[in-house]
Amino acid sequence: MRKKGLALLAVAGSLAFGVAACGDDDDDGTASGSTTEQSSDGGDISGSIAIDGSSTVAPFAEAAAELFNEEYPDVKITVGTSGTGGGFEKFCAGETDISTASRPIDEEEEVPVCEQGGVKYTEIVVANDGIAVATNKDLAVDCMTVEQLKQLWNKGSQVTKLSEIDPSFPDTELSLYGPGTDSGTFDFFTDQINGEEGVSREDYEASEDDNQLVTGVSGDQGGFGYFGFSYYEAAADSLNLVGVDSGDGNCVKPSVETIQDGSYKPLSRPLFVYPKADAVTRPEVKAFLDYTVENAAAIAEAAKIVPLTEEQVGTAKEELATAESGS
Amino acid sequence: MGRRTSLVRRPSRRSRFEAGVKALLFAAAAVSVAVTLAIIFSLVKETIAFFGDVSVGDYLFGTKWTPQFAGDQQSFGVIPLVWGTFYLTFIGLVVAVPVGILSGIYLAEFAPRRIRKIVKPVLELLAGVPTIVFGYFALTFFTPEVLRNFLGLGVNQFNALSAGIILGILVVPTIATLVEDAMSAVPQSLREGAAGLGANKVQTAIRVVFPAALSGVVAALVLGASRAVGETVIILIAGGQQANLSLNLYESYQSMAAYIAATARGDIPTGSIEYETIFIVGMTLFVLTLVLNLISIRLVRKYRQVYE
Repeated sequence: MRKKGLALLAVAGSLAFGVAACGDDDDDGTASGSTTEQSSDGGDISGSIAIDGSSTVAPFAEAAAELFNEEYPDVKITVGTSGTGGGFEKFCAGETDISTASRPIDEEEEVPVCEQGGVKYTEIVVANDGIAVATNKDLAVDCMTVEQLKQLWNKGSQVTKLSEIDPSFPDTELSLYGPGTDSGTFDFFTDQINGEEGVSREDYEASEDDNQLVTGVSGDQGGFGYFGFSYYEAAADSLNLVGVDSGDGNCVKPSVETIQDGSYKPLSRPLFVYPKADAVTRPEVKAFLDYTVENAAAIAEAAKIVPLTEEQVGTAKEELATAESGS
Repeated sequence: MGRRTSLVRRPSRRSRFEAGVKALLFAAAAVSVAVTLAIIFSLVKETIAFFGDVSVGDYLFGTKWTPQFAGDQQSFGVIPLVWGTFYLTFIGLVVAVPVGILSGIYLAEFAPRRIRKIVKPVLELLAGVPTIVFGYFALTFFTPEVLRNFLGLGVNQFNALSAGIILGILVVPTIATLVEDAMSAVPQSLREGAAGLGANKVQTAIRVVFPAALSGVVAALVLGASRAVGETVIILIAGGQQANLSLNLYESYQSMAAYIAATARGDIPTGSIEYETIFIVGMTLFVLTLVLNLISIRLVRKYRQVYE
């Protein structure tokens, strides 16, 4: 009898483990659209705000929503990640209040759609985005051109050592790290370096978790990767930063300054939000935008992206002042 | 007489209580069955949707797994994930089987009471360590300190060797405890008989008790393998996230469970093909684990010996 019991136990146990593996163990997954809502005291403003758009701006929007809710808990904010293009599609159809974007709205394709839908809007720059290319400390590379980065990262690339690209580069076997294909960083990098969004070699270690990329690059002798600049900043001591030459012979390393002024080309860009003029007349949307622009630096820090300069904050405030009329 | 018939006809308080307990026990058993059915249902639904877009052959026999890329770079061959899962499991079992069986035998047959009183709780403690702790132990200690600095191996930060060995250590308590139980369950008369024939303690343990407990040992091994196949976090953290079809122990691999966890964490839109891959991989894992269990039942039956 005992043996039979044991066998049953084995079966039940392994079934349970097999099943458990499909679900639990990883409970910190974040859904793509997150809702922040609290119901407590304080804040006489209530209502809901629908935000959608770029996945690169999403962490910023989510951080803004979270901080905003600390003061105004009765405002319900949803942040979607349909992508910049998908966000504008919904925005111009009047479905969302604020669209986030990692590029300006397209004059030829998107502006007419918005006009047709009767959606007026304002463009506000809320933060700056920069991608750092970094290597292991032992892999001494000071500068690479966009062309060289493309040779390494483009679709079908067979490069396993940097010396294959340029003999002056180290002869170390590379281990490559990059963001997962769902991230805005991946889209931006592939677009700027490989010339087409989403096109990349596939045989690299991809993780949605930038910290894991940093761990890998700093741990492997041939570690080479790219990720959001803030993640480099947090681990600057254990990484070697690679400057990028956009083709003019001028090698620029990313820093808060070079990302803010755009001289770190082509891997830096401003990030936008587009509030709908009709929505700005609603007190909760107005309050949210005021709060976001006022606290843009703190929000950027929480979201791990590069904040605005003083000057940019000034411009953002001016833009916001005209947002109700939809300039 | 009259009193007795009334007892039969009218349910007493006691029998009503018993019926209540029976119903409660049935409900408890039914919950697990219902949950299993619900899981199968949710998996089947998305599996059907997935095979509407990808042919079964491309999925089962394809050797490139890049579902998150676009256009002609997208490929849904599950072989690298299955390979990663079994390769890491294999490495784990290379560690866990000898260590687990030997410690089980030691605990059952040789360990003095005093040592057993210390070792058993420690083993059980090991079984209770959350796997995420094992994962970071592998990533931040075992890989850099033991494999690289101490042994001087040129492993990647994320590699099969470290994740596999730690996976094995995770499985050791499972195997050791079950082997010990199986061997302790062998009737004392067999040991006495062996001693009567002049066998020493080692001969008795290896040639008599161990074979007699073989069905339990096999069950322990298969349960250990199932545990390793389904393990997620260690591989996710220390083994890497690259669907890799290779033999190199120093490289990074992705298992089925780790793929599910990593992908579910990303920003994938519900209803997209990437979303469906989570379920089809889950289904594959479910079926593979089921097959493992069926094999284990077969093996246990085959080796069962009854002593009554």
